Amino acid sequence: MSPRISPEQVRHVAKLARLSITDAEASQLAEELGVILEHAEDVAALDLSDIEPTAHPIHLTNVLRDDAPKPSLDRDEVLAAAPATEDRRFRVPRIMGETQ
Amino acid sequence: MTGAMTAVETAAAVRSGDRSARSVVEEALAAISEREEELHACNTVLADAAIARADAIDAAVAHGEDPGPLAGVPIALKDNLCVQGELTTCSSKILEGWRPPYTATVVERLLAAGAIPIAKTNLDEFAMGSSTENSAFGPTRNPHDKARVPGGSSGGSAAAVSAGYVPLALGSDTGGSIRQPAAFCGVVGVKPTYGRVSRYGLIAFASSLDQIGPFATTVDDAALLMETIWGPDQMDSTSIPSRPDPIGAGSDVSGLRIGIIEELTDVEGIAPEVRASVERAASGLEGSGAHVERVSIPSCAYGLSAYYLIAPAEASSNLARYDGVRYGLRVDGADVAEMNAKTRAAGFGAEVKRRIMLGTYALSAGYYDAYYGQAQKVRTLIIRDFAQAYERFDVLLSPTAPTEAFKLGAKTADPLAMYMSDVCTIPTNLAGHAAMSVPFGTGVEGLPIGVQVLAPALGESVMFTVARAVEALR
Amino acid sequence: MTTYETVIGLEVHVELSTRTKLFCGCANEFGAEPNTHVCPVCLGLPGSLPVLNRTVVEFALLLGVALNFDVPPSSIFHRKNYFYPDMPKDFQVSQFDEPICVDGWIDVAGERIGIERAHMEEDTGKTTHMGGGGRIHDADYSLVDYNRAGIPLLEIVSRPDMGSAEQARGYVSELRAILATIGISDVKMEEGSMRVDANVSLRANSTDALGTKVEIKNMNSLRSLGRAIDSEIERQSVMLDSEEVIIQETRHWDEVAGVTHGMRSKEGSSDYRYFPEPDLVPVAPTDEMRKVARESVPELPASKRERLISDWGIGPSDARILVDDRALCTYAEAAVAAGGSGKDVTNWCTGEILGYLNEQGSTPEALILRPEGLAELVALLADDTLSRSLAKDVLEECLATPVMPREVVERRGLAQMNDEGELAALVDEVLGRNEDAIAQWKAGDEKARKKKRGFLMGELMKTSGSKGNPKVLNQLLDERLGD
Ligand SMILES: [Zn+2]
Repeated sequence: MSPRISPEQVRHVAKLARLSITDAEASQLAEELGVILEHAEDVAALDLSDIEPTAHPIHLTNVLRDDAPKPSLDRDEVLAAAPATEDRRFRVPRIMGETQ
Repeated sequence: MTGAMTAVETAAAVRSGDRSARSVVEEALAAISEREEELHACNTVLADAAIARADAIDAAVAHGEDPGPLAGVPIALKDNLCVQGELTTCSSKILEGWRPPYTATVVERLLAAGAIPIAKTNLDEFAMGSSTENSAFGPTRNPHDKARVPGGSSGGSAAAVSAGYVPLALGSDTGGSIRQPAAFCGVVGVKPTYGRVSRYGLIAFASSLDQIGPFATTVDDAALLMETIWGPDQMDSTSIPSRPDPIGAGSDVSGLRIGIIEELTDVEGIAPEVRASVERAASGLEGSGAHVERVSIPSCAYGLSAYYLIAPAEASSNLARYDGVRYGLRVDGADVAEMNAKTRAAGFGAEVKRRIMLGTYALSAGYYDAYYGQAQKVRTLIIRDFAQAYERFDVLLSPTAPTEAFKLGAKTADPLAMYMSDVCTIPTNLAGHAAMSVPFGTGVEGLPIGVQVLAPALGESVMFTVARAVEALR
Repeated sequence: MTTYETVIGLEVHVELSTRTKLFCGCANEFGAEPNTHVCPVCLGLPGSLPVLNRTVVEFALLLGVALNFDVPPSSIFHRKNYFYPDMPKDFQVSQFDEPICVDGWIDVAGERIGIERAHMEEDTGKTTHMGGGGRIHDADYSLVDYNRAGIPLLEIVSRPDMGSAEQARGYVSELRAILATIGISDVKMEEGSMRVDANVSLRANSTDALGTKVEIKNMNSLRSLGRAIDSEIERQSVMLDSEEVIIQETRHWDEVAGVTHGMRSKEGSSDYRYFPEPDLVPVAPTDEMRKVARESVPELPASKRERLISDWGIGPSDARILVDDRALCTYAEAAVAAGGSGKDVTNWCTGEILGYLNEQGSTPEALILRPEGLAELVALLADDTLSRSLAKDVLEECLATPVMPREVVERRGLAQMNDEGELAALVDEVLGRNEDAIAQWKAGDEKARKKKRGFLMGELMKTSGSKGNPKVLNQLLDERLGD
């Protein structure tokens, strides 16, 4: 079976998905995803140019909430769940790369 | 297996004071102790909280207060439903130890109705799987045969009901995760119309497909639970705003038009005895006055492929938040990106990673139109085809799963083979319709088989009517 | 050296002044204790779901009217997927190809600036970089506060219709005035409730394709916006002159150094994997919602300026000052309504009163002198009861203590002496005492005469206790000196 996705592509996707993977995992995922995508070819091959996509099964509009304050959570409880905190905030390692 | 009382009977006994809620809970805890080691249906048993709640209900009864329609009924909750202060893991290492600071809407409604949550049940990690083998805490076993899977992803809830721990449980169904394990474990399982049950507090897998629904031993019990949890919720924008009509107690199918879906019944991969069960149920219904015919829904054939593009795509986004910053697992790294990537690599199991990868790929630049976009169009086709079928039929029938329960390990090495066990249930989720599985017959291995009753959106009432009729044929 | 045509487009993010966040009931409040305005929804806790704030939609529709947008029948939210620790869900709920407002415009100094779109989205949390130089890349680690996460934003994207830093400033200034007028935001660039990013590109002449677009960020005032754009134009011109290739990138404005710095580009290209947000339903503004928006938009700055210029007879720059400062304008309008002349009221407001407010760091609402008081002061000046210098005295007292100008005039006996007989006697008396000075005036050259005349006028004012009508005194003095 010809894999539809290369280990290089897998590594790129893993970067987008923030998953660290080994080379062995990249090869294995390339193969497994290839099989699934091969199966999905039946869908990819359909001519659906005149069909509208459905993003959602129900058709509601304008579900809106009043602009009325509700209680927030207790900060100590929120921070207690975090792996690392400092000075009432969540602590993370340094950030490389640009902000959006 | 379960000689225990139904939920309807238990609630009546507790409400009238004939039985104490305390004794009901103690009996449930005893049943759990007896079989839990071999089955592993539960991630957490909420013994102390359940006893405290039972005592409060008994006190309410003693004071002449109304303890609610589900008074004293023990219930198991799939461990992807948030309960304030209780461990909620999704059977994932990445959420191990996390206790939500809030409670899911469905659980709030259960508590208000007097039900007693007694356990958080095992599942395939983040509800991704069809056998409950993808749990970070080990698989659940089928109460009918320990060597076999209970189905999934709500395998723990199905097993808990099947083993007689509890008369009721909640699961979630994204592509069949309630109905397929219900079929494998020989219990009733319901996937409500999308939007009928609030998803607030259900940890998301695929937001446009997920629905919470009941497990029960009888159709009546499932209806009682359904009527407790459904209805509009302001915390969920996709909640249907109209109040549902009561399900009713009917079982009269005379004059109903029932279609058997060819593409889900008469195709390769459906075990002969499974097809035979559907045929027997259909002829039984015919004998009760229904008109039964075959119906073709051609786009059902593409359901599986479309589902395995849409669900992973949404999941890849829903599961991004498990990044080691605010809660759950963290594995340190030199910078935040490395910390995220290592945390996620260590915290997610193989199937979850596979689906995150697949979904990320399907949404990524250059592939969106071919995969995600195309899958959404298939969704349109399926909705259109079902709409045509429902012009001619009130409900549809098919198998719930292609086979009876398979052995542990039988499909773990072949993801696609595992995915195939959802082939009959997936179209309902894509369409946003209702469907339920009713136990009917057994397979060559003597294991339960489920017949699936499908109804259009908001068609719960007629669906339950037919389900009751099928149940009565047993 | 070639001269290049500059092409500028602006992306303006505006924090909306709602009571609560975009998708949850947490308070939308600047400057609260870290992580106190957070809940399962805005913290992105597992299982939580967003519900859209009605007021945000109403504000977007007001903006639609004010900026001449089309509002399509339906708009939807998308998820913009990327990892960043200030985003609790690691995706941003935003709008993509179906925004709420499209194809708008405003006129700025006689030129029409197109506005491509405006869309609703959620703000991110706030990261503080610790250790190192306190800058993002040098930091040892960072701390995150999610109070700002989920604050509602409108992003307003102009077309690349601007050709200079000045025009860009004019556009932002006009936009800010409009937003303040319709009351949907504080629009404080310094506090970050209005954030402007600029896309700048250069081309040799207007027939060429657009040059490479460089995005510049981190300008926190109108002034720094102008400086940053000019600096970027200069940088790109120099590069083009020496035939260097301009790369498409994001650059940070450094206010202190006065230059832009390239930011380390992210690994891999940005691939946001937009897809429709399945937890939200479309926004389809009804006729009723549109009607309410149309009827709720007050008079906009451009037409208000025109009205003040023609009704009050004031100049365009005074009109701009007033209209840009809503509170001051309200104050001036109240003073005019109380009988003050528009022109005089404007002079006081844009002169002494504005000076006083700036000096005190105060606002018009807090002025002790009520608009009726200003109207009275203006009237006292108009009927010659007060000279301009006396009026300034009176104003000073009225700004400090709660009294009306007329009371001050009466209590301090400040009314101007206008009686010609009285003033003539005063002139005679002063000239009688200063015969030397008169002699010197007579003998002196033009310069000396001017000096002596000034001295005599000063003596006259002093003797009158500053109350003599200077116009009349001048006239009398001229007569007596026979000049
Ligand atoms: Zn919140």
